Amino acid sequence: MKVPIQKLTDLGLGVFNWVDDRLHVKKLWESTAGHHVPQSAGSWFYVFGSATLLCFILQVVTGIMLALVYVPSADEAYATLEYLTYHQQLGWFLRAMHYWGSDFMVGIMLLHMTQVFLFGAYKYPREITWLSGLALLVCTLGLAFTGQVMRFDEDAYWGLGIGAAIVGRVPFIGQQLVDFMLGGQIIASETLSRFFALHVFVLPGTVIALVSLHLRMVLAKGINEYPVPGMVVRRETYNKEYAAILKKEGVPFFPKAIDKDIITSAVVIGAILTCALVFGPKGPSGPADPLQIDASPRPDFWFLWIFAIAALMPAEIETFALLVGPMVIGLILVALPFVNGTGEKSWRRRPVAVIVTLLVWISLGMLTYLGATSPWSPVMNGWSSVTTPDAQILNRTPLQLQGAITLQYKQCRNCHSIDGLGGERGPDLTDVGLRLTKPQLVRQVVQGGGNMPAYGQNLSPSEVEALVHYMISLRPEGVPPARDTTLPRKAQN
Amino acid sequence: MNHDSDQSPANEAPCACSSSPCEDPKKKTRREFMLALGFGLNAIAGAAVGIPLVGYVLSSFLKPHQLDWVSLGPVEKFPEGKTRLGNYKNPFHRSWDGSTADIPCWVRRIKGNEFQIFAINCAHLGCPVRWFEESKLFMCPCHGGAYYEDGERAAGPPPRGLFTYEFKIENGNLMVLAGALPTLAQPNA
Repeated sequence: MKVPIQKLTDLGLGVFNWVDDRLHVKKLWESTAGHHVPQSAGSWFYVFGSATLLCFILQVVTGIMLALVYVPSADEAYATLEYLTYHQQLGWFLRAMHYWGSDFMVGIMLLHMTQVFLFGAYKYPREITWLSGLALLVCTLGLAFTGQVMRFDEDAYWGLGIGAAIVGRVPFIGQQLVDFMLGGQIIASETLSRFFALHVFVLPGTVIALVSLHLRMVLAKGINEYPVPGMVVRRETYNKEYAAILKKEGVPFFPKAIDKDIITSAVVIGAILTCALVFGPKGPSGPADPLQIDASPRPDFWFLWIFAIAALMPAEIETFALLVGPMVIGLILVALPFVNGTGEKSWRRRPVAVIVTLLVWISLGMLTYLGATSPWSPVMNGWSSVTTPDAQILNRTPLQLQGAITLQYKQCRNCHSIDGLGGERGPDLTDVGLRLTKPQLVRQVVQGGGNMPAYGQNLSPSEVEALVHYMISLRPEGVPPARDTTLPRKAQN
Repeated sequence: MNHDSDQSPANEAPCACSSSPCEDPKKKTRREFMLALGFGLNAIAGAAVGIPLVGYVLSSFLKPHQLDWVSLGPVEKFPEGKTRLGNYKNPFHRSWDGSTADIPCWVRRIKGNEFQIFAINCAHLGCPVRWFEESKLFMCPCHGGAYYEDGERAAGPPPRGLFTYEFKIENGNLMVLAGALPTLAQPNA
């Protein structure tokens, strides 16, 4: 029995040597997977890059699967989406994996970027690694946005309209840019074809090229050592210091520093699969039929913060902010490794970096929450579906009851709540009688102001009178209404 | 095929140097010429491929913007004093456009042949505005823009009133000049 095993081993070794002689795989392996990294880089903080790449690979695989069925035509896309979701065996699961994979990819990439920023990994001599990472972020967000268009439902259709409206604010060539983006003058078949080409050819191809560059830079300039407070980066000495670290505690990436990466890989795949199983794919919502105007388009999760900014920004600065804001952010990120390329790496000695990171994440989190709840959007069916609480009808005078009817029928509830029920665009009316006097209420209703339309054209004086009496009656029991302090008490009511 | 000297063809006299290319001045100028010719030919080839590609992709920068008249149906469809949803087929639609070829718009018939025809798209970021008859307002579901019944901005983030269509009445039909998505750059729907 010993002889055949020996023979087989020899044969295997022979085949390997033949292949290695032609392809130099051993050398390739040693210079890539086997390259030496500082032992300190085998940290739990260093797993996000490989996890992002893993998400991308999963996206490519599930994306190809979906492309086996999907038809990128404005006429057919929605039907194939429904077929994929409800008829194609496991189609729903593939769609769910692709959807959750994209959410995880953006999220983990942002964690990776945060870690790189806090650990000073963008500093000398890793500027190009940082820049290629920024380009990857842009491409990934591009993939997320174009992917949302692939769903070709009402969110996709109106989302394209929002994109076109932003592009249409560019001075001088706005119209040409809109036509360029839409592949025509209007959102139609060529728009979908265009975004399909971006989503499955241009952007993934660019990502593959950029990832190659990104990894090439990691190999050429080495992975960032775990920063130690007090270890300052100087252009003159850093390369020597890094070489010394490698000499002292360098270990081959495989198998000595890859353990946490592969554990994370399994966890990330598990998380994506779990989300896909539990929550399923997103949508499609209603079909991309412009005649279905009762759509309330919302972007996917990672774009909710932009949706929120668009609602909360003062109208006067909006065009400027929408067009110049991204450029300024881009410029700051591009300039970072050149302006701040040396010095301390450890976040323990970089309080500004820590504060900026916290501010950015807290802002993103709050804006995303606001985008998800969108309190600024009128509740379009508030007037017909949100009832008036019983307590706010009981024991009212006929005039006040008439006011209650006017308040409901004139659609005030789309924007205003009573006892917390109704729209949140304007203030809750329950205690408005404590804040505004009767003349002030009349003025606000008739002339509008702030963010409220004027109803003077649309309400008769008697309707206004009834409405205002009712609003004042909404206040909590036993609390007197607001009064004009410049007038004697008796002159009021 | 001479494997040892692939730098110099076998039928020429071997030169003194063994490892580096020969420095025969005549041959050098020929090589330089060939290299320059190669670069030049490829530059022409690149332009021949690239110009049509760029022209194809950037056709929107060269093509004049066009709109066309299209019918919303007979005038009687729209009662006086009311605002109703109208729709038309995009005059430049393709057969594979599906439902995206049907474009809605708000038709306000003030009286007689006096109309106002508004684009469905909010002037803020293009979401579909809805008409509320009782409060006589258009409201946008995205960021809370609101417009009065004459299309003027009433509240919220829109920088202007609703986009309007040019219209005419022909053989009792209400016609609009349409075919483009209205944006701030190009407010004619």
